[in-house]
Amino acid sequence: MLFVRVLNIVAARIMAIEGEKNVYEVEIEASSLVKEIRESYATGKTRSYEWRMSQLQRLVQMLEHHEQEIAEAIVADLSKPMFEALAYEVAMLKNSCSLAVKKLKQWMVPEKVKTSITTFPSSAEIVPEPLGVVLVISPWNYPFLLSLDPVIGAIAAGNAVVLKPSEVSPATSSLLAKLVGEYMDNSLIRVVEGGVAETTALLEQKWDKICYTGNGRVGRIVMAAAAKHLTPVLLELGGKSPVVVDSGINLQVATRRIIAGKWGCNNGQTCVAPDYILTTKDFAPKLVDALKHELEHFFGENPLDSKDLSRIVNSNHFARLTKLLDEDRVSGTIVHGGKSEKSTLKISPTILLDAPRDSLIMNEEIFGPLLPILTVEKVEDSFDIINSGTKPLAAYLFTSNKKLKEQFVMTVSAGGVVINDTVLHLSVAGLPFGGVQESGMGAYHGKFSFDAFSHKKAVLYRSFAGDAPVRYPPYTKGKLRLMKALIGGSILSAIFALFGLSKD
Amino acid sequence: MESVGDLERDLEGMREYYSQGKTKEASWRKSQLKGLLTLLKEKEEDIFKALKQDLGKHHVEAFRDEIGTLTKSLNNALGSLKEWMSGRKAILPKIAVLSTAEIVPEPLGLVLIFSSWNYPFGLSLEPLIGAIAAGNTVVLKLSELAPACASLLANTIPNFVDNKAVKVFQGGPTVAEQLLQQKWDKIFFTGSARTGRLVLSAAAKHLTPVTLELGGKCPAVVDSLSSSFDRKAAVKRIVVGKYGACAGQACIAIDYILAERKNISTLVEMMKVIIKEMFGGNPIESHSIARIINKQHFLRLKNLLEDPNVKASIVYGGSLDEDHLFIEPTILVDPPLEAAIMTEEIFGPLLPIISLEKIEDSIQFLNSRPKPLAIYCFTKNKSLERRMISETSSGGVVFNDAIIQYAADSLPFGGVGESGVGRYHGKFSFDTFSHEKAITRRSFLTDFWFRYPPWNAHKWQLLECAYNSDYLGLLLVILGLKKPRRGSYQPAYSH
Repeated sequence: MLFVRVLNIVAARIMAIEGEKNVYEVEIEASSLVKEIRESYATGKTRSYEWRMSQLQRLVQMLEHHEQEIAEAIVADLSKPMFEALAYEVAMLKNSCSLAVKKLKQWMVPEKVKTSITTFPSSAEIVPEPLGVVLVISPWNYPFLLSLDPVIGAIAAGNAVVLKPSEVSPATSSLLAKLVGEYMDNSLIRVVEGGVAETTALLEQKWDKICYTGNGRVGRIVMAAAAKHLTPVLLELGGKSPVVVDSGINLQVATRRIIAGKWGCNNGQTCVAPDYILTTKDFAPKLVDALKHELEHFFGENPLDSKDLSRIVNSNHFARLTKLLDEDRVSGTIVHGGKSEKSTLKISPTILLDAPRDSLIMNEEIFGPLLPILTVEKVEDSFDIINSGTKPLAAYLFTSNKKLKEQFVMTVSAGGVVINDTVLHLSVAGLPFGGVQESGMGAYHGKFSFDAFSHKKAVLYRSFAGDAPVRYPPYTKGKLRLMKALIGGSILSAIFALFGLSKD
Repeated sequence: MESVGDLERDLEGMREYYSQGKTKEASWRKSQLKGLLTLLKEKEEDIFKALKQDLGKHHVEAFRDEIGTLTKSLNNALGSLKEWMSGRKAILPKIAVLSTAEIVPEPLGLVLIFSSWNYPFGLSLEPLIGAIAAGNTVVLKLSELAPACASLLANTIPNFVDNKAVKVFQGGPTVAEQLLQQKWDKIFFTGSARTGRLVLSAAAKHLTPVTLELGGKCPAVVDSLSSSFDRKAAVKRIVVGKYGACAGQACIAIDYILAERKNISTLVEMMKVIIKEMFGGNPIESHSIARIINKQHFLRLKNLLEDPNVKASIVYGGSLDEDHLFIEPTILVDPPLEAAIMTEEIFGPLLPIISLEKIEDSIQFLNSRPKPLAIYCFTKNKSLERRMISETSSGGVVFNDAIIQYAADSLPFGGVGESGVGRYHGKFSFDTFSHEKAITRRSFLTDFWFRYPPWNAHKWQLLECAYNSDYLGLLLVILGLKKPRRGSYQPAYSH
């Protein structure tokens, strides 16, 4: 077996295509990387507050000194407006990092908990400890933010981390590898670049936690690989995040917020982007007009020329999106936009009205600048439509009707819900960010990141004194009586039982 | 067992019932929990009988470890349900005027619970309490290895809870496999790591979140104790924490002991005395120690002792009664570390004691092995206490006792690594069967124009101030009194 493997490696070397690796080499690299990192982790270095702080502070420095370079890499990969790169990736990361630096001491403190008569006398606490060596796999759409945000949590919790950035955003991937190499403790924090082969090899290894951000198909593959080692996973997936728009609202503000959340965030290529709109038949024309009007303010008359819109990440996704529009009964429902430019991979903000319910665009996560509007008779009908699909990562409602808001919150299940805005709940560190069912499992951001990468160890301190003889054989009727009284919580019946005065 | 078609129809019916919203009502949840309390009260004698039949469990042990703890958990859930359901507010930055954020728990939907045979009532109903309190519909799959208990539960549960929302299945691996093929919103599994992997793989197909309560070799690290009172208390707790816990067939039973060589003979002598005190000269006649569940496990345990080096290390007990599936309390000193008895979870009344030079060596010993569900440490040495917590990893740690953490509602009960994923008990049960939904409410009145394209350096300045909660800076920028930071946002770079 070993001989065959060696033969394969030799053959691969001889026939090597420049830059490509053989499957065996990649596997061996992955397993020796993990072995090396586990050995470093076993020294206990990451458990100290000092080490964690030093790494977080190095991250802050890295973000400050290389802000421009980072933004440029993101722009190179995605043609993202510089503003978005700085605001939605660099600034958010800086915030996340400084929060961790500020709160780490607090987060690391064990939580004292009350104990009850069942363990009296005792004291107890819940002690957070690192899980060990964790793997973070990140996507291409917010390549910097979604790589380092989980890493911040993992480091704060005292883990060693291997980060595998997406090969679909190569400039940021290689910049990450370079910067992490320069700034972080390489015995415990590493970046592995590469594609499917490298990711597969990494997934074969035993990790103490895997964090994956991406789509449901690969999410299943990650979880299946994790299952072999009983590895817990944090899956940040996606879905079709709906926006329900009621009448009687401040239409201008609502429209701006919808546009900002859809086209202002990587041109719709965002896991919590408004995917489609649900509104009443009566209100739809007003909404469409308002959208057209504000879109022109934001992106000008010729959005394909606007500098403030990301391009589509690559030709695969471009083809996928144009296919959604070309579908037979769909193209006729376009009421705005629909223009695309293959050479620059640009698609203009496109609105559709009542595309057929069984079309692809109404069933797959769009992840692009196409916004279908589905009309209903009464706005409440939209709740059933949303609940008949898989649970999305976010659900949005624009209304001034208090009762409708409460009904929405109670009946619509999603990772997160926002009333009268879109997307910005991600920047609230006090809220957990994660999905449910198809949109994911687990959550992070703020302290939830620290928790996601920790094991909360239950510690119970017992005294040798204060032993209840009821616990021990030989088991007598009297002991049972006393036990029952204690469980029942009644001191009086406990006393009666002690003196043999109870009824049983 | 039902056909797959019948099963799917049943589950469809349960999902339909769930979507009607009944299980979300606090009153429904309370009435189900009260129903379970009534079940435990009215069926107490039957429960004792069933446990006696399946496991030879003494009814006081049954009360202490199953009925008693369940009663406590039910009362706790009933008392705390309102609080658990209410959610909590999240802090927003000051700039978010007229906005609120909160985290609201909601049920996951239709959940599957796999129970086990060693605590057939406890391990069925404890998770069921959490699932119901969180507002889910539940399918409960009982272990076929404890048939009298399974049959009792299957026949009584429908009479005490809403049987449109809670269904009970008996049967073996075939039934389990059929259930695993279906799509669930959560799976809760108690059992072995081997089966745990199968459950997790099946769950991966549907992206179903899972809680796995597995096991491991839970060690008791026994330090030198100078006070004879402490020594006696420790030994009593150790003896009950092994032989009194379903004859060692418990995920949190003490699996083996680590002690300093110089203390071992005293420890063994004290244990012999206590064992006789608790179980008499002929333990099988005391009826205070459970039986081994079945022949398969009996032979497995018998096999652990077959190795001549292991047999030679027996210092007490060792007799096996195959007809009655009874093994008497057995102590071994320093069986070989490579023998199965020291590499596999014992799950029986065999207690190896491993000798160490210094008690601190236990830390390295534990770290070179898979993470257990619990580490028990009997010591008064504060430094050892601190090191045990910070240098080892396990589901939980208990100082100077064993098993009792099971009864603590405020402590999460669950493993890490090989010993499990997730946790429950008390509010953690409610949480494990809930989705914490993040809710943000905004007003139309506060809108920040610098959120919207077209982008320029001025808007960037404002946004930066907002992000840094630099309200003064925000004001200065608006008034035109603050210069842009050097090196930030140059529009020439966007193309």
